[in-house]
Amino acid sequence: MIELPTLESLNVVVTLPALALVLGAIVLLLVDVFLPERRRWITGWLALIGVLVSLGITLLTTDRTGEAFGGMFVADSFTAFLNVVVLITAAVGILIAMDYLRRTDMNRSEYYFLLLFSTGGMMFMGAANDLIVIFVALELLSIPLYVMSGFRRPETRSEESALKYFLLGAFSSGFLVYGIALIYGATGSTHLPAVWAAVSAIVEGGSSAVYLVLLGAGLIVVALGFKVAAVPFHMWTPDVYEGAPTPVTAFMSVGAKAGGFAALLRVLVIGLPSLIVAEQTAAAWVDALALIAALTMILGNFAAIMQTNLKRMLAYSSIAHAGYILMAVAAAGHPAVANQGVQAALMYLLTYAFTNLGAFGIIIAVERNDGSGVSLDDLRGFSRQRPWLALLMAFFMLSLTGIPLTAGFVGKWYVFWASINAGQVVLAVIGVLTSVVGAFYYVRVIVRMFLEEGSADLAQPRLPRTLRAGLIVAGLGTLIFGVLPFLAADMTTGIQIALAALGGG
Amino acid sequence: MENFPQLVPLVVFAPLIGLLINLILGRWLGERGVGLVAIGAALTAFGVAVLEWIALANTGYAPSVVEIGILRDWLRIPAAAVDIAWQFRVDTLSVTMMLVVSGIGSLIHIYATGYMHGDKMYPRFFVYLNLFLVFMMLLVTGNNFLVMFVGWEGVGLCSYLLISFWWDKTQKDAKYGTVGWKNSLAGRKAMIVNRIGDFGLLLGIFLVFWTFGTLDFYKPGEVPIAAAHGAAHAGEGEAHAEGEAVVDTHAAETPAEGEALQAQPLSAAMGVFNQAETFLAEGREVNFGPFSLPIQTVLTLITLFFLLGVTGKSAQIPLFVWLPDAMAGPTPVSALIHAATMVTAGVYLIVRSNVFFHAAPFSSAVVTLVGTFTALVGGFIALGQWDIKKVLAYSTVSQLGFMVAAAGLGAYGAAMFHLVTHAFFKALLFLGSGVVIHAMEHGHHHVAHAHAEHGHEEGHHEEEAFDPQDMRNMGGLRHTMPRTYRAYLIGTLALAGIFPFAGFWSKDEILADALNAGFLGGKLEGYIAFGLLFVAALFTAFYMGRQLWMVFFGEPRTEAAKYTGERDFGYPVMVRVLEVLAVGSILIGLINIPSGFWIFDPVLPTHAFTDFLAHTVVYAHAGSAQMLLAFIAVGAGIAMLLLARFIYGRHPVVDGDKDPLEVREQTAGIFAYSNARMYWDETYYRFLEGPFNRAALWLADKLDGTFLHDFVHETLLRDAYNGATRVLTDPVDLGLIDGAVNGVGRLVRWVAGGIRRLQTGYVRVYALSVLFGALLIMVLLLAPLLRQMLGM
Repeated sequence: MIELPTLESLNVVVTLPALALVLGAIVLLLVDVFLPERRRWITGWLALIGVLVSLGITLLTTDRTGEAFGGMFVADSFTAFLNVVVLITAAVGILIAMDYLRRTDMNRSEYYFLLLFSTGGMMFMGAANDLIVIFVALELLSIPLYVMSGFRRPETRSEESALKYFLLGAFSSGFLVYGIALIYGATGSTHLPAVWAAVSAIVEGGSSAVYLVLLGAGLIVVALGFKVAAVPFHMWTPDVYEGAPTPVTAFMSVGAKAGGFAALLRVLVIGLPSLIVAEQTAAAWVDALALIAALTMILGNFAAIMQTNLKRMLAYSSIAHAGYILMAVAAAGHPAVANQGVQAALMYLLTYAFTNLGAFGIIIAVERNDGSGVSLDDLRGFSRQRPWLALLMAFFMLSLTGIPLTAGFVGKWYVFWASINAGQVVLAVIGVLTSVVGAFYYVRVIVRMFLEEGSADLAQPRLPRTLRAGLIVAGLGTLIFGVLPFLAADMTTGIQIALAALGGG
Repeated sequence: MENFPQLVPLVVFAPLIGLLINLILGRWLGERGVGLVAIGAALTAFGVAVLEWIALANTGYAPSVVEIGILRDWLRIPAAAVDIAWQFRVDTLSVTMMLVVSGIGSLIHIYATGYMHGDKMYPRFFVYLNLFLVFMMLLVTGNNFLVMFVGWEGVGLCSYLLISFWWDKTQKDAKYGTVGWKNSLAGRKAMIVNRIGDFGLLLGIFLVFWTFGTLDFYKPGEVPIAAAHGAAHAGEGEAHAEGEAVVDTHAAETPAEGEALQAQPLSAAMGVFNQAETFLAEGREVNFGPFSLPIQTVLTLITLFFLLGVTGKSAQIPLFVWLPDAMAGPTPVSALIHAATMVTAGVYLIVRSNVFFHAAPFSSAVVTLVGTFTALVGGFIALGQWDIKKVLAYSTVSQLGFMVAAAGLGAYGAAMFHLVTHAFFKALLFLGSGVVIHAMEHGHHHVAHAHAEHGHEEGHHEEEAFDPQDMRNMGGLRHTMPRTYRAYLIGTLALAGIFPFAGFWSKDEILADALNAGFLGGKLEGYIAFGLLFVAALFTAFYMGRQLWMVFFGEPRTEAAKYTGERDFGYPVMVRVLEVLAVGSILIGLINIPSGFWIFDPVLPTHAFTDFLAHTVVYAHAGSAQMLLAFIAVGAGIAMLLLARFIYGRHPVVDGDKDPLEVREQTAGIFAYSNARMYWDETYYRFLEGPFNRAALWLADKLDGTFLHDFVHETLLRDAYNGATRVLTDPVDLGLIDGAVNGVGRLVRWVAGGIRRLQTGYVRVYALSVLFGALLIMVLLLAPLLRQMLGM
C-alpha cells in the first residue's frame, strides 16, 4: 500500500522560494485573463513583484535547510546562492524587457508568465536532489525559453531561432534521459546521495557496472553541456541568440547557463565525485570537462573576434565564459578542491550575471524597433551622444574582459585560483591566454564608442525608466562585487556541497 | 595618542576627497577655490603624517597595522587560505615616506597655484595632482605587496596623465610636428617603459606569494625576527675606529627588540619577511612542483625581479630613458613626481624588502652596479645638455643611481637619507627652473609685443619657436631675479655636496659607505661603486656649476632674458615656496649627521634618522664619517664649480654657438657624445623598437593575413570542414550511425526540408557536432579504463 506523505514529511517550508515564484506565475496567468487591454502594463510589474517576493523569501530563509518531498528536493546554501543569482537575473530581465516589448509590439503577457516559469525551472535545478527532478526542471527551464525565442513572430529570424533551439534542445534532452537511465541501471537509484553511495561501492568493488556509470555520466555531460553552450555543443548559440528578441537573449544567456551549471554541479559533485577509476586521483569526468573547457574557451574567444553583430559577438562571448565556469567545474572533480571549485563556479555565475545583463541592456537601448542597429559599427561615436551610457558599456566590457575592480575580474580570479589549486595549470594558462584574446573584441567595442567618429544614439529620444533601473542594478552589481567581492564570497563560504558528511569531500 | 595610527587612512582619503570635490565642482570653484581645496587636501595628509610621527615617537616606535572596518577585505578565498587585505602600515619607514610625499607635495601644490595660473585646464591639473597623492600614499602605506602595487601602478598612471598634460599645444616642433604631440609621445614612452619594469615587479610579487603564501610585510603585531641580526650587522659595517660609539648605541637599543623576538612564537601567521628569515634559518627549500629550489635562490630571483621594477620606476639603466622625456610635463609635476617622490618608489621598494636583499648578496651586487653606472651615465649626459630641465632630469637619474647603489651596498639608511635630502634640493631646483622658464616666457612675450617679431633670424634655428628652456638664451638672471637666484644657489650647492648643505651629509655618507664596503667588507662592487660614484659626484658639481653660470651670471644673451622678473602675479607665491625649500635644503641634512664629526657631534644627536629607520628597516646600519674623504669630496666639488666658472664664465654661449667644450679639440668628441645622450635612445630604436615594429608588421601581414586568414582559415578550415561535412553527412550518417540516432538524423533531415528556406542543413550540422562531442566525451571517460586494460 502506498504510504501517503504528510505535510511534515514533505517539509514544504524549505521549498518556499520556488513555490512562491511558481504560484506567482500561476496567479499572473489568471489575472491576465481578466485584465482589459489598456491595463496590460500591470502584468510586467506583477511579475517583478513575484520575483522580488521570492527573492525576499530566499534571503529570509537561508538558514532553513533540509530535504523536501521525500528527498527529491534539497535546500542548502548552494540552493540559496543560486536562487539569488537566478532571481536577480529574472528581475533585471523583466526590467530591461518592459519597454522593449511595448515598443516592438510584443507586449503579450505570456512573456512574463513564461519567464517566471523558466526561472522556476532554474530554481528547481539548483535544488534538485534527484536525477528525475533534474530532468523535469531542465524541461521546465527550457520549454518556456523555446517559446520566448520565437516571441517576435511572424519575423522569420525569430521563428527560426525558436525552432532550432527546440529541435536541438529536444535532441539533447534525449541524451539526458539516456544518461539517467544508464546510471539508474548501474546504481539502482536516481536519488543523488544514493547514487553516490552506489558508485562508491561499484568503484571499490571493481564491478563492471562502472562502464554504465561512465557512459551515463558522459551522456549527462553532453546534455548539460548543450544547455550551457559548451563546445562542441554550442553551435545553436549564435543563431538563437541573434534571432531571439534581445531581452530573451539576455535572460537566456545568464539564466539557462546558471541552471545548466547548477545541474552539472549537482550531478557531478554530489552524485559522481567518487567515480575515480584506474587509480587516478580525480574523478573520471575531470579530463573530459577540462578538454571541453579548453575547447570552449578557445573557440568562443576566437570566434567572437570575427563577429560584427553585437548579439552574435556576445553569444560567442557567452560560450567563452561557459568555458571558464567549466574550468571551475573540472577543478571541483579533485577531492581536495571540490568545495573551492563549486564556490568559484558560483562566484563566476553571479558576476557574469550582472555584467552580461548590463551589456545586453545597453544593446536593448540602442536597438531599433525593427531589430536593426545592433551591429558593431552602429556604436561608432556613441560616447558623444550618450557619454554615461557609453561609459557604462565600457565598464561592462572591461568586466567581461576581467579587468580588476570589476566583477568579471573577481570571477576569473576565483576560477583560475581553483583551477591552479586543482593542479590544472595548463588549463589555467589557456584561460589566461584566451581572456587576453577576449580583451581584443571587448576593447574593440570601447574603441568604436569612444575613439571613432559617428552618430550612434539611442533608439528612442530618452532612456526608459525601467531600462535605466535595470542598468543601474547591473552596473552596481558589477561595481560592488568588483570592489568588495567578499560580500558574495562570504555567502559562498558556507557551501559545502561535496558531502563532507558522507566522506566524499 | 594610541589612537593616532587609526587616522592613517586619511592620508589616502583626504586627497581623494579633495580630488572628488575638484572633479565635480572644479568648474564653479574658480582658480582660487580649486587651489585651496587641493592644497587643503595635501596639507591634511601632511598633518596626519606628522601625527603618525608623533604617535610613533611616543609609543617606542612600535609599528601598527590599520584596517578600515568594511573596506578591509579585498581578495579572500578561505578555502585556499588566501587573504589579501587593504591594510595600512604605520612604521618609521612609511612615516618617513609619508612626511616627504605630503610635505614636499603640499609645497608643490602651493607653488603650482602660481605656476598654473591662467591655464585652461587648471582644475584638471589639481585633480591629477591629488590623484597622484592618493596613489603615492597607497604605495608607501600599504601593508602588503599587492596594495603597494596598486599604488605603484596608480602613480604610473598619474605620471602618464601629467607628462602629456599639455597634449593639445599647437606650437610647432621641429621633430614631432607639434609640441602637443611631442608631449603625448613622452607620456606614452613613460607608460610603455614602465610597463616593462612593472612586469618584473609583478613576477616578483607572484613569486613571493608562491613562496610564502601571503603578501603581507608583517602581520599585525608581528615583530621583525631580523631585529636581533640587525645589531650584529650594524657592527659589521662599523669596524672603523670612528664608528665605535655607534655600535654602543645600537647595542644598548637592541636588547629590547631581542626580548620581543623571543616572546614572539614562530607560527604560520607570519608576514613574508619573518617567514623569509625562518626559511633561511632552517635552510628550507621552496617547492615548484617538478623541482624545488633553496630559499636563497628563490630570494635572489625575487630580488632580481624587483630590480627590474626598480629600473623602470626609478629610472635606472636600462630603463631610464623615459625620465628625461618626462620633463615635457608642467614643471611642478617634474618636481613632485619625477624628482622628489614617485621615482624614489624603487628605492623605497628595495629598502622595504631589505630582508630579501640582505639575504641575496648577488642581487645586491647587481643593484649596486646598476645604480653606480646609472649615476655615472646620468651625470655624464647632464654635462652636455642645453635644456635647463634636461640637465636636472639627468641629474635626477644620476642621484637616483646614488640611492640605488647605496641600497645595494646595504646602506639602507644612507639611501633613504639621500632620498629625503634629494627630495628637498631637487624639488627646489626644479621649481626654481620653473620660475626661470616662466620668467623667460614672460620676457619673450614682452619682447614680442614690443617688436612685433623677435630676433632669431640667423642660424639654422630659424624655423624653431623661441625655446624658453634653452640655457643659451639666458644669462644674467641674478640681477633680474635675485630671490630666485639665491634659492637656486643654495639648491646647487646642496646638490653639489658642499658643506654644510643637505647634499653634503647624504652624499658623503653614501661615498663613505661604498668605501667601507670595499675596504672593510672586501666587496669588489664596493670599490667600483666608490670610484665611479666619486666621478659622478664630480660631474654633478661640474654640470651644476655650468648651469649656474649659464643661467644666472654674465650678461643677458637674449632680449627675453633682459625682461625677466619675479614680480608679476603668481611669482610671489612661487618664490616663497623656493625660499622655504631652500631653508629645508640647508637644514635637513642635520637629521642624520655621522658620529665623530667635528663640532656637530657634541651638539646634535648622531645618526638620528638611521636609528629612526632602524626600527623598521632591520638591516639599516649607521654610516660613518670619513673626515679625509669629506674634505677631499668638498674640495673637489668646489674645484669643479670653479672649473665650470672658468670655462663658462669666460665664454658665454649664445644659441647657435658651440659650447666651449665643443671648440676645444680634446673635449669635442666627449661633449658631442654627452650632448647626444650617448645615443641611448637611438640604440634602443635601432635594436629594439625597429625590429619590434618590423616583427609586428610581419605578424600582422604575413602570419595573420596570409597564413592564418588566407591559408589556415580559408583553405584548411573552411574547405576541410566543408569536405568533412560532406563525407560525414553522407556515408557516415547513412552508414554508421544507427538506431535512435538514425531516427534523429531522419527527423533532422525532415525538419531541414521543412525549413529549407532558413539555412538548409545547418541544424543537421549542429546536431552532428553534438554527436561528435558525445563520442569525444565517451572516449575520454573510458580512456583511463581502456588504458589500464591494455596495460594489463
